[in-house]
Amino acid sequence: MSQLEISNDNQVYVNTPNDPSPLLEVWRRLKKHKLAMLGGAIIISFIIIALFAPLLTSYPYDGAVLEDRFLPPLSEGHIFGTDDLGRDLFSRIVYGAQISLRVGFLAVVGSVIIGTILGLLAGYYGKWIDMLISRIFDIMLAFPSILLAIAIVTILGRSLTNALLAIAIVNIPTYGRLVRSKVLSLKEEEFVMAAKALGMKNRRIILHHLLPNSLTPVIVQGTLGIATAIIETAALGFLGLGAQPPTPEWGTMLADSKDYIQLAPWTVVLPGISIMLVVLGFNLFGDGLRDVLDPKMKQ
Amino acid sequence: MLAYTIRRLLMLIPVLIGMSLLVFSIVHLIPGDPAKTILGEKAPPEVLDNMREELGLNDPLIVQYKNYMVGLLTGDLGRSIKTKAPISQEIKPYLAATIELTFFAMVFAIIIGVNAGIIAAWKHNSWFDYIAMLVALIGVSMPVFWLGLMEQWIFAQKLNWLPSIGRANILNPIKPITNFYIIDSILAGNFTGLKEVIKHLILPSIALGTIPMAIIARMTRSSMLEVMKSDYVRTAKAKGVKEFFLIYKHALKNALIPVLTVVGLQIGMLLGGAVLTETIFAWPGIGKYLYDAISMRDYPVIQSGILVIATMFVIINLIVDLLYSAIDPRIRYR
Repeated sequence: MSQLEISNDNQVYVNTPNDPSPLLEVWRRLKKHKLAMLGGAIIISFIIIALFAPLLTSYPYDGAVLEDRFLPPLSEGHIFGTDDLGRDLFSRIVYGAQISLRVGFLAVVGSVIIGTILGLLAGYYGKWIDMLISRIFDIMLAFPSILLAIAIVTILGRSLTNALLAIAIVNIPTYGRLVRSKVLSLKEEEFVMAAKALGMKNRRIILHHLLPNSLTPVIVQGTLGIATAIIETAALGFLGLGAQPPTPEWGTMLADSKDYIQLAPWTVVLPGISIMLVVLGFNLFGDGLRDVLDPKMKQ
Repeated sequence: MLAYTIRRLLMLIPVLIGMSLLVFSIVHLIPGDPAKTILGEKAPPEVLDNMREELGLNDPLIVQYKNYMVGLLTGDLGRSIKTKAPISQEIKPYLAATIELTFFAMVFAIIIGVNAGIIAAWKHNSWFDYIAMLVALIGVSMPVFWLGLMEQWIFAQKLNWLPSIGRANILNPIKPITNFYIIDSILAGNFTGLKEVIKHLILPSIALGTIPMAIIARMTRSSMLEVMKSDYVRTAKAKGVKEFFLIYKHALKNALIPVLTVVGLQIGMLLGGAVLTETIFAWPGIGKYLYDAISMRDYPVIQSGILVIATMFVIINLIVDLLYSAIDPRIRYR
């Protein structure tokens, strides 16, 4: 994508070396968007916490010490206190960040890849391929997403991996539809017609013209989608369908500690705040990205 | 309008068939022997055989699906493994409980969301605007199950203002007539009961309604800001229409059209959120019914529960689409 610039009117311009890079231009505009920057800062903090988890924590996330049960926050050595099994809550939340970010990211990447492929095929070839793919999307969208995820995990069995798969599958139609409608409008553009008239192969048109030009909305939606995926992972974990104890997944932690809320409220408050913060980060950044990239939303 | 309605109804048929196939396959795609999954590895062979027979697993797949569809079309949703009762009967009170909860959640979301959005747009860039939009941002990022837990902890356990679980006071039970407890308690003239029912509704409705409230508030605000810039509003202002009427009468009418779509979409989304909210508040609705079935591995109930919620979801979305196209006829021609 280095020489192509996608401008707001869907035209593709070839960059001369003097043009500022499109990425740089997006960054320049994004920098002025205060809320997006706040979101980005939140995301980066969580990524750093997740990456350096072993350095930040002095206890293993599953090290139960029964005599240290329910130590309140700011106790000696346990800044966030301990849970019902005497495990260090800070370690669990830090390792939980690893899980949530990884699952959220992988699930979105999975649904984006499959959704984009299906959307490209449906939009470009039309006819029965479009009929088939669009009907499958309709059926999937006929279920509230968390419910479809529950159904899939019920079939596959309860585990974090299956929860990830379920969330990835459930969100495919979101990206598929987005790409399909973008391709439908791109197909009418002159540069695509020109490529066809020049006898360019379908595969080349799809990969070199349609794909790069449909990516902008997918990137925006994908950023917001990570937020949704993280909440859905936590929801499945909370229902006992996702990560299984002692995995320090935030939703699973909430399910474990909800019975002790009066005795040890921090065991419920802190994992919840972590989910909310990281989701807020992706929502803020995604909103900002849309303001910058999507011409319709821009002032 | 009629042609459009018929076309939309016809488009529903493949979707409903696909939904039934997907739900049907929940039992049949479980790896290994479903009877063993349900009863456990140690179940004696004759019990396993009975279970297979009960689930109809001995017939060829196509026959099983045919039987399942015939059952569905005649209103037979199968029998619960746990209670042995027909699900179509058992599910009714749960369904009513869910409808009651989602209705009040939506009322909460619309009243607070629309008004907060209007005032935020009216007092654009004021402290109210900033705080309202901050709350809305946090609202859309809030995991509904965590919000529910926090509400229970603060308002039920710490402050003891409101009950934390259930639909009514066990000491003053509501005699089910329609299974909508608000209506039932009024019909029975049980006004202390009515008060209890309303108290029980508050926390779960707020938990369930918070995300839609936040989304509605943001949508109303941006839509109002747009309309306030238009010529007719400026004309009305120049004519000296009072600000209150300008906002609530002139501007709101047009600003509400996009808000309506969002409201419709959110009603559907609430059904998904209901599964989580009902689990936390022990609200005996269809979400709780489904959750209990999942933990008991009661597959017929899981199948039917999912199918019923999804059908409601599809029907609500259809109604919203039709209403929307009635309000704004341009939609039909897209």
